[in-house]
Amino acid sequence: MRYQTDRQRVEGLGSAKDGTVEWWKQRVAAVALLPLVLLFIFPLLRSVGSDFDDVRAIYEHPFNAIIAILFFITIMSHLRQGLQEVIVDYVHGKAAMTTALLVNTMFTTLIGVTGVFSVAKIAFGG
Amino acid sequence: MADVNRSNRPLSPHLSIYRPLWTMGLSITHRITGVGLAVSITMITWWFLALAIGEDYFEAANAVMTSVVGGFILIASLWALSFHFCNGIRHLFWDAGKGLELETAYRSGLAVMAGSVVLTVIGVLVVAGVL
Repeated sequence: MRYQTDRQRVEGLGSAKDGTVEWWKQRVAAVALLPLVLLFIFPLLRSVGSDFDDVRAIYEHPFNAIIAILFFITIMSHLRQGLQEVIVDYVHGKAAMTTALLVNTMFTTLIGVTGVFSVAKIAFGG
Repeated sequence: MADVNRSNRPLSPHLSIYRPLWTMGLSITHRITGVGLAVSITMITWWFLALAIGEDYFEAANAVMTSVVGGFILIASLWALSFHFCNGIRHLFWDAGKGLELETAYRSGLAVMAGSVVLTVIGVLVVAGVL
């Protein structure tokens, strides 16, 4: 049995210190996504149902390629933070939460890297 | 002992103490659409990977996207994105301390619902080649 009180354990440690940074970063990503989503979604919707060469030509264009890469980088951080917030709220228990947060980071990083790699490969004509 | 009453303490967010309001529906929908969009972005990333790999793979991915199920997911994703986009703007205004009055929050909530439908229709028209 532990006789140390909760207060004893945390006294003098101060705050978590980086809570507001996460909050702020998510707002920065959200604001960046407003124009990025609009610029990203338009050529994407145009591409639905088009044939291979036409779609390749769209993403070989530097403007569309740069927008798509910026989109994937930004969504990677926004998605990770958003899902993290949901996990922290609904997943209980240290082991389950830690696992979920790890999987979240790996999943969102994989999405971001795959997206950036694919667009870069197309844009460089590979 | 310090932790005797731990299980009896009220824990945040103790939603049950509030009178239900329709704006709460918008709040949880923001989360649900956000999580749902994780599925959409996974599909889109897979589609981009297929486009990068080659024509055969792309044709397969495109066939999925243009199938009945794919089309349903696409329209659902469009609506989820439209909602999350509009309600996200609403949240950014709140973060700046604006629009927090009850009446304004009701009005912006209605605007978000209308906006999500309008943007979805615009998106579908772009896919159809009308716009």
